[in-house]
Amino acid sequence: MNLLELKNISKIYGDVKALQNINLSVGQGEWIAIMGPSGSGKTTMMNIIGCMDKPSIGSVILDGTDISKESSKKLTALRRDKIGLIFQQFHLINYLTALENVMAAQYYHSIQDEKEALEALSRVGLADRAKHLPSQLSGGEQQRVCIARALINYPMLILADEPTGNLDEANEAIVLDIFKSLHKEGSAIVVVTHDPEVAQESERTVILEHGKISKIKDNNKSEALC
Amino acid sequence: MFFRMVKGALLRQKAKMAMIAFTVALGASLATAMINVMLDAGDKVNRELKTYGANINVIPKGASLLNDIYGVGEGSGVSDKYLKESELGNIKTIFWAFNIVDFAPYLETPAKLKNGSAINLAGTWFSHHLELPTGESLDTGMISMKKWWDVQGQWLSDGDTDELMAGTAFARQNNLKIGDRIDIISVNKTYSFKVKGIFNSGSQEDLRAYVPLAKAQEMSGRNGLVSRVEVSALTTPDNELSRRAAQNPNSLSIKEWETWYCTAYVSAICYQIDEVMTDSVSKPIRQVAQSEGAILEKTELLMLLITILSLAGAALGISNLVTASVMERSSEIGLLKAMGAYDIHISLLVLTEIAITGMIGAAAGYFAGIGFAQIIGRSVFDSAINIKPAVIPLVAFLVFVVIIAGSIPAIRFLLALKPAEVLHGR
Repeated sequence: MNLLELKNISKIYGDVKALQNINLSVGQGEWIAIMGPSGSGKTTMMNIIGCMDKPSIGSVILDGTDISKESSKKLTALRRDKIGLIFQQFHLINYLTALENVMAAQYYHSIQDEKEALEALSRVGLADRAKHLPSQLSGGEQQRVCIARALINYPMLILADEPTGNLDEANEAIVLDIFKSLHKEGSAIVVVTHDPEVAQESERTVILEHGKISKIKDNNKSEALC
Repeated sequence: MFFRMVKGALLRQKAKMAMIAFTVALGASLATAMINVMLDAGDKVNRELKTYGANINVIPKGASLLNDIYGVGEGSGVSDKYLKESELGNIKTIFWAFNIVDFAPYLETPAKLKNGSAINLAGTWFSHHLELPTGESLDTGMISMKKWWDVQGQWLSDGDTDELMAGTAFARQNNLKIGDRIDIISVNKTYSFKVKGIFNSGSQEDLRAYVPLAKAQEMSGRNGLVSRVEVSALTTPDNELSRRAAQNPNSLSIKEWETWYCTAYVSAICYQIDEVMTDSVSKPIRQVAQSEGAILEKTELLMLLITILSLAGAALGISNLVTASVMERSSEIGLLKAMGAYDIHISLLVLTEIAITGMIGAAAGYFAGIGFAQIIGRSVFDSAINIKPAVIPLVAFLVFVVIIAGSIPAIRFLLALKPAEVLHGR
């Protein structure tokens, strides 16, 4: 069974059709990349997959639940339990330390476990920076805290919006290594990116243009599937 | 984590939180001052109004009847009924004794000048020392009852036997100045008085002349008698119960009667005076009593309005500040929602921050308000305001309401905030 299925979804804002008739499935443990120019509908698609928005038409099945029909409260619970979000701007709470930022995600999910949060930071190579505030961390380190926070509740799906967009090459490599490691462990990953090198690391690349899927590329076979 | 986040938010927004605390403090201080003054003002305003004269007139029963039936004023010489001077101290022994501020007896004395024209002459206490049956002592009389009189020369003292005080009209009619002498005939005997003081009361009393009560009793041969007593008492504004009681106290149920008797209504005080003065009828001077009640009610209403307006102002100020704070933190709030926080979690977080800030502001405002109350007390009533502990929970409740009311727009904003809009842009 697929982890995520988008069935004929469209998102319409007034006269603007941000997404049109999208069909896409993501299997368990699959890593896909979504690419496209600005205004192609990547962010809208990411918001819908991340349970932060609903499609105007069509259905989105996440782990067997049609999220297009759920209430806002239920969507919050689904997001908390099944999805780990990684943002281009990191979005760390600036008055909490790196460790506390990770524990904040635990707090809203279940119970706080400092040891487990420290392990998550160790996993992204930041155990020694646990007590630092975001303002005391570099961009790459902040992004790694953001990844640790996304991982802490063992999500089924990791949803990353331009995770390397604000990083230099060295930090980009570190983040990609973490993603590879997560993929090997069986996590499903959806990455929205402008960067072909990042997309190349995924199994499939979905190309969006004008709100439609123009191409799905199998990165292992280096050929378009549609 | 919750309190760590609250602490972090408070410390990170020190300036904004200080402004919220200051706004709450302003509202709380005004509320504290106004409520304390309001609770104490009844007594204070009453005392202030008492400096403008008596509000109860005590007359003998017979004189009262003549007045009621024929409209003949007491002291006109028509009635032979008098009150006993020896019973005057009893007025300070009634249930509401502490509400009796002053009183002064009067004895109207038939008198005329040498040319045969009749004059209005009365004896009274000016500043009379009285030993009460309760063992206490009291100085009372016209000097403290008529503080607003404009007196040229000097007030009489009760020991002045050959001096009088003349009203301005009386002095003008008889061409009298301070130090002049005037001969007065009473009961076929001539008495010579020196004018010690001339008063301007702005009323009919200016046609009168006053001598000490003892002298008037000697002149009229009515030793130990007085024709009426003016009483200045602190009273509670009338209500339906007191109006019914004033018409007929016997129409009240036992419980109503007890309530009425144990409340300082002017009618209850009149009733109690009649209980201790033989054959007396006490009547409120309605105009004065009602004006006092009206002034008191209006003063309290004014203070209530100031309290409401100050709290409404504080709520508006808080509303702006909290909304601005929440808008500034929209990406943080969006992140919390994205991480799985429900609206109630975030609302509680924001409300706790505001409540803590508000409590600090309210505590500071309470103590500032006590100071304001004392400033008002000293400058307006020339005495301290009694601080009532009951004001603390009342102010706390009002601050709570103001904080909640002020936070409503911010809470509505955060409830409507969509994480997708603030974390990714749409």
